[in-house]
Amino acid sequence: MGGIVAQRTKYMTEAEGALAIAFLIAAFISIIAAAKAQDAPFAFHAYLAAAASAAAAFSIFNRYFSRPAELPLQEIAGKPNYNMGPVKFATAIAMFWGIAGFLVGLVIALQLAWPALNFDLPWTTFGRLRPLHTSAVIFAFGGNVLIATSFYVVQKTCRVRLAGDLAPWFVVLGYNFFILIAGTGYLLGVTQSKEYAEPEWYADLWLTIVWVVYLLVFLATIIKRKEPHIFVANWFYLAFIVTIAILHLGNNPAVPVSIFGSKSYVVWGGIQDAMFQWWYGHNAVGFFLTAGFLGIMYYFVPKRAERPVYSYRLSIVHFWALIFLYIWAGPHHLHYTALPDWTQTLGMTFSIMLWMPSWGGMINGLMTLSGAWDKLRTDPVLRMLVVSVAFYGMSTFEGPVMSIKVVNSLSHYTDWTIGHVHSGALGWVGFVSFGAIYCLVPWLWNRRELYSLKLVNWHFWISTIGIVFYVSAMWVSGVLQGLMWRAYTSLGFLEYSFIESVEAMHPFYIIRAAGGALFFVGALIMAYNLWMTVRAEVKESAQMAPQPAE
Amino acid sequence: MSVWTRHQILEKNSILLILGILLVIAIGGIVEIAPLFYLRSTIEKVDGMRPYTPLELAGRAIYVREGCYLCHSQMIRPLRDEVERYGHYSLAAESMYDHPFQWGSKRTGPDLARVGGKYSDEWHVAHLVDPRSVVPQSIMPSYSFLARADLDYRAIADHMKVNRTIGVPYTDEQIENAIADLRAQANPDDPGVAGLQKRYPKAAARDFDGNPKITEMDALVAYLQMLGTLVDFKLYNEKANLR
Repeated sequence: MGGIVAQRTKYMTEAEGALAIAFLIAAFISIIAAAKAQDAPFAFHAYLAAAASAAAAFSIFNRYFSRPAELPLQEIAGKPNYNMGPVKFATAIAMFWGIAGFLVGLVIALQLAWPALNFDLPWTTFGRLRPLHTSAVIFAFGGNVLIATSFYVVQKTCRVRLAGDLAPWFVVLGYNFFILIAGTGYLLGVTQSKEYAEPEWYADLWLTIVWVVYLLVFLATIIKRKEPHIFVANWFYLAFIVTIAILHLGNNPAVPVSIFGSKSYVVWGGIQDAMFQWWYGHNAVGFFLTAGFLGIMYYFVPKRAERPVYSYRLSIVHFWALIFLYIWAGPHHLHYTALPDWTQTLGMTFSIMLWMPSWGGMINGLMTLSGAWDKLRTDPVLRMLVVSVAFYGMSTFEGPVMSIKVVNSLSHYTDWTIGHVHSGALGWVGFVSFGAIYCLVPWLWNRRELYSLKLVNWHFWISTIGIVFYVSAMWVSGVLQGLMWRAYTSLGFLEYSFIESVEAMHPFYIIRAAGGALFFVGALIMAYNLWMTVRAEVKESAQMAPQPAE
Repeated sequence: MSVWTRHQILEKNSILLILGILLVIAIGGIVEIAPLFYLRSTIEKVDGMRPYTPLELAGRAIYVREGCYLCHSQMIRPLRDEVERYGHYSLAAESMYDHPFQWGSKRTGPDLARVGGKYSDEWHVAHLVDPRSVVPQSIMPSYSFLARADLDYRAIADHMKVNRTIGVPYTDEQIENAIADLRAQANPDDPGVAGLQKRYPKAAARDFDGNPKITEMDALVAYLQMLGTLVDFKLYNEKANLR
């Protein structure tokens, strides 16, 4: 370097040029598609795509003009020059989507208690808002948390800058554009009616492109790592990314009625489609909501507790057993249906076996606190992470129980399933995400610590009480429903009409909504706390970004 | 060399790790899914099953669009109380033309697999417009907007063609007559009714919503009224279909 200021000529990189041209072409095609659209929602989405493409092309040019001749360095003074911009964006937008998703969940919970809240409008009926809720919390909130944490963890544990220059931003922004298309589509009635895979064909195609780039960025970062071993959290992230790609492709092949229209027909039909759907559906739980978030557990719990992962060997067994067994569990969603018995029994058997690796993972997470249990008293963030693992243990015990055919004959089609899902979703996925975000925000924005640990404590308790309300209300209503449907009088007649079981649910639906409201309030407290954290002063000596080292 | 040492090969080579993951996750899916494409009990043909009429297909699209499957299942399990409450347990063949399937996973409302013919058209219309006018304790949303929305059926033949490419056996004749059949089914006085019923046995031609215009309500009620009515269980031999 030695004082020589080399005036380098600035060139547009090939990636910048190619991507800008691709987005300009995409904007042009989108405008044509909007003009030829067969239905209004498709036209709306085409306009959105045109606007987003134009904005993307503009941003690329804009960045080019404002950046120095040289692209960001891989290392500065021998230390990796981590790329945290996309991580920050994904973290912040995860919080936004989380609050939106919890709110919609609260609204539909209230609709079930008081149906007048459907407002007699197409866009606000339960049938359209429910996919909005599930997609917002799973894919928008959960997905952004996964992208943020995976991009953070893979850089830190490989000790290299994230691969790609524009690619990480493409993943983060492209994924959120998919969320926008999916969410607005639900409100407008664009759905292919496959649970947790409702987005129509064009959104699915877009997601496929984004997801492949996501895999490439993640994998390329691992490949150029400076550590000999791939850290265990990255195995889980990798399994999550790869398997979700396979599930997405397997479940969603569809033929559109017109390439300028939103409606398509899924290639699979009837029983084959049912099996594909729950192969997908259960492994969306297994790989999106479990494997991905276990990646979070394996990084953030040891980090926050300042203890090593409890057992390396248990991690290996946990990893392979979990991903091998999970794939088989789908048919337990189809007990006593027209699916052949042997498939149902396989699904049940593997679901029960799945209990073991699940608890192996839970033990590995909890025992990581060996020698640091006292921190639970003083650190509410760690408490949140640990309680999330406990909830994971609870729902992964309940799941195998519900997959037993006799139990399932009672629990299937009832609110018990909803309760089970939410003990996992609010308790495990929600809390582990909150814990990770509470860790991430001060690290990413170089703040000394969170604005207020007291508020974290409030968040923790309010949300925990909310979850208890929610889950216990659904247990009672679910079992009650199941029992009422199969109750007989002494003369051998069915004792209750269906509507009597609906009526009996009313008090529990109110309790459930109250639980959901508490959880929502907790998230608002969190958002305020994070906002105040970011607004606080940058910690001293943060200019060179000495973020927590490995 | 122990297993733990050997495992380091995977920990140090990302491509091998990915291949390992792919191998491990492929097994379960292949074993459980592939046989469903050739086992007799999953691909059996049952007398009476036919593709949806154009109006029913349009009604089904509305059922999908409004997310009815989120609260109503279409799969009666072979359990005593379900069979007594809803009718004969559902056969695999009864959803063979459903792309995608509508078995559902939750009964916030009752199962609809055999709702066809259980209630009158007037009941369905009244119920969809204001559920609590006929079932006071109901928590179903009101779908009154369906009665006001004209059915857009210009592309119905394209819908049928797409269904044919993915395996629903629509004939050329059925596709050619798509729009005529759709109109005939919503109007019992239409001269095309005989042709419709020849092409689609058991198709009911009525003015489902009592409004001469063809509305989304017509289509949805036509779909609901045919659900579970195609197979005649007096003639159905369940021994031929042991599962």
